[in-house]
Amino acid sequence: MGRYVLRRLLQAIPVLLGTTFLIFAIVYALPGDPLQALAGEKRVDPVFAAAMREQFHLNEPLIVRYGYYLRDIVSGDFGTTFRGLPVSTIFEGKFQVTLKLALTAVIFEGIIGIGLGLWAALRRGRWEDKAVLAVTLLMVSIPTLVSGFVLQLMLGVKLKLATGIDFFPVAGVQDGVRSYLLPGFVLAMVSIAYLTRLTRTSLMETLRADYVRTAIAKGMPRRRVLGRHALRNSLIPMVTYLGADLGTLMGGAVITETIFNLPGIGQQLFLSVYLRENPVVVGIVTVLVLIYIVANLVVDLLYAVLDPRIRYE
Amino acid sequence: MVTNPSIDTHPLSAEVGQEPLLAVDNLHVEFTTRQGVVRAVNGVSYTVHAGESLAVLGESGSGKSVTAQAIMGILDMPPARIPKGEIRFRGTDMLKLSDQARSQIRGQRIAMVFQDALSALNPVFTVGWQIGEMFRVHRGMSKRDAQKKAIELMERVRIPAARQRVNDYPHQFSGGMRQRIMIAMSIALDPEVLIADEPTTALDVTVQAQIMELLAELQRESNMGLILITHDLGVVADVADKIAVMYAGRIVEGAPVHDVYKNPAHPYSKGLLDSIPRVDQKGQELYAIKGLPPNLLDMPSGCAFHPRCPYRRDNCVTDVPPLYEISGTRGSACHYYREVLDGTLG
Ligand SMILES: Nc1ncnc2c1ncn2[C@@H]1O[C@H](COP(=O)(O)OP(=O)(O)OP(=O)(O)O)[C@@H](O)[C@H]1O
Ligand code: SF4
Ligand SMILES: [Mg+2]
Repeated sequence: MGRYVLRRLLQAIPVLLGTTFLIFAIVYALPGDPLQALAGEKRVDPVFAAAMREQFHLNEPLIVRYGYYLRDIVSGDFGTTFRGLPVSTIFEGKFQVTLKLALTAVIFEGIIGIGLGLWAALRRGRWEDKAVLAVTLLMVSIPTLVSGFVLQLMLGVKLKLATGIDFFPVAGVQDGVRSYLLPGFVLAMVSIAYLTRLTRTSLMETLRADYVRTAIAKGMPRRRVLGRHALRNSLIPMVTYLGADLGTLMGGAVITETIFNLPGIGQQLFLSVYLRENPVVVGIVTVLVLIYIVANLVVDLLYAVLDPRIRYE
Repeated sequence: MVTNPSIDTHPLSAEVGQEPLLAVDNLHVEFTTRQGVVRAVNGVSYTVHAGESLAVLGESGSGKSVTAQAIMGILDMPPARIPKGEIRFRGTDMLKLSDQARSQIRGQRIAMVFQDALSALNPVFTVGWQIGEMFRVHRGMSKRDAQKKAIELMERVRIPAARQRVNDYPHQFSGGMRQRIMIAMSIALDPEVLIADEPTTALDVTVQAQIMELLAELQRESNMGLILITHDLGVVADVADKIAVMYAGRIVEGAPVHDVYKNPAHPYSKGLLDSIPRVDQKGQELYAIKGLPPNLLDMPSGCAFHPRCPYRRDNCVTDVPPLYEISGTRGSACHYYREVLDGTLG
């Protein structure tokens, strides 16, 4: 187990380097002069521009700039924007918002997706199963933009008007956990559908496995056959999906945060791309990649806990 | 002389008069599939007494495993259905028992060893956990006691260094050792009947013999009734007391093992025996039964074996042969068994 963990940790390093460099390169390869973009229509003073270029290493080759960037990140410095604001100040509080949003979504996903999937698998072929398949198909077909606005209107605005109680706040984070319920669900919807189907297939597959038949032949009660022998094995793909999805959800939070006006990292990313604040963009994406890699690492480790065949490889 | 196989089970019981431990009586099993109804078992009858070994032979698809699964009560119903027949365990028809009562027998009094232990054991639990589960769930033992029992059982099936290996996972064992673990698990609660469905098919030849030896030894020690499903006629002679040869979901010949070996009473059993390689026939071409196994969706009329039978006569195509009683312990489902026995046919 120890060696497995170590190997996974070491494997994460080149992945981290590769992805951050890729992002760095793509962002800085965007056409146009960032200084000119900041200045808008105005003419940029060449002396000032030269000083700025010097300060931000804009004249160096890409790889060298990446080197500077890495060095700074390792010391916790995400750099400063052209306007002189440290990137880390811009980050302040925003990652927490997005992380809370993504976690809410993952919790919804886990409970609803796994629950529905198991239920459908156990009622396979019956109307309940077919209903689940139809609903999940619907869920993946509706774009987040649509489902977001519709749910915001129905569960947020209309429900409040009808009952006088604000069950689901529709914007901002001032209501604590409750603020995250509706956006969290909207963000999770597509993933819920996928996880439901994955769970359903996975459990149906394990139910056909020989070792499940063995458990029945051992005279184990049905509850134990399902809950212990089958579920434990079908959990493996589900956990993998859930963990990897945490990263995806954080990246996908842009639209949800915009709809529900949550001051998260997605909103900031959108804004910064628009403003061409490259250090902010690269910083955000770097942290997102980091989270993604850590999430995958955790999944790999969980995987080893769940499946001894991996552990003893 | 002619007996109806659906009523009479005597030809297959070793000791007439004594109540058998397990009696399968005119069992029918069918599966509803998209293509139609698959009649996998069509009136199988056999018995096993305490301390007796019954070998069930027959080519792939003849219904050996389905019969065994029906005895265990592990068929998926649906698609499976048991339209007719009885499975009596100590005189009680298990098919009429409640699920609750049935599950008191399954695994505890009638146990089963499966073919491929790698897939039949759960990959995510230790072998000790899986053996111990029998004691924890059925006997309410503590974890520690169950673990101790698991080690004892592993020693009983002669797994070296059992104490050290009890917390290993199935994939860490060799094929033979895994099958030993499967056997240990099945005999955990001293079952009265043990069904072994091709327990050695997945193993190396050298290991096969050891596993068969182990099964035979365990059976002798505890006086279990053993149902051994196998393709391997070679091992049958050493281990089994009697043989049931299946074809197309029916028993075509049932007899004490030596009777069959000496002189088969059904063309199909004869064909099976002739297809065993023998030392004295070295160099000669092996005999193989010509033709294909029957389509269970569209069974041949009359004797199901007639399209492949070298002894076929006209009435074979129209009349279903009953299980003719040859002696108190022997039966054959062939209209011309006498000629087959005498060698005057063909
Ligand atoms: N779940 C099922 N649905 C449909 N048909 C089935 C099912 N299970 C078994 N059968 C059919 O029943 C017939 C008998 O199968 P069974 O497994 O008993 O054969 P077998 O004698 O054990 O053969 P083998 O030596 O290959 O194990 C086969 O033709 C098989 O196709
Ligand atoms: S009944 Fe006829 S076809 Fe069937 S085995 Fe006997 S001789 Fe062959
Ligand atoms: Mg079989």
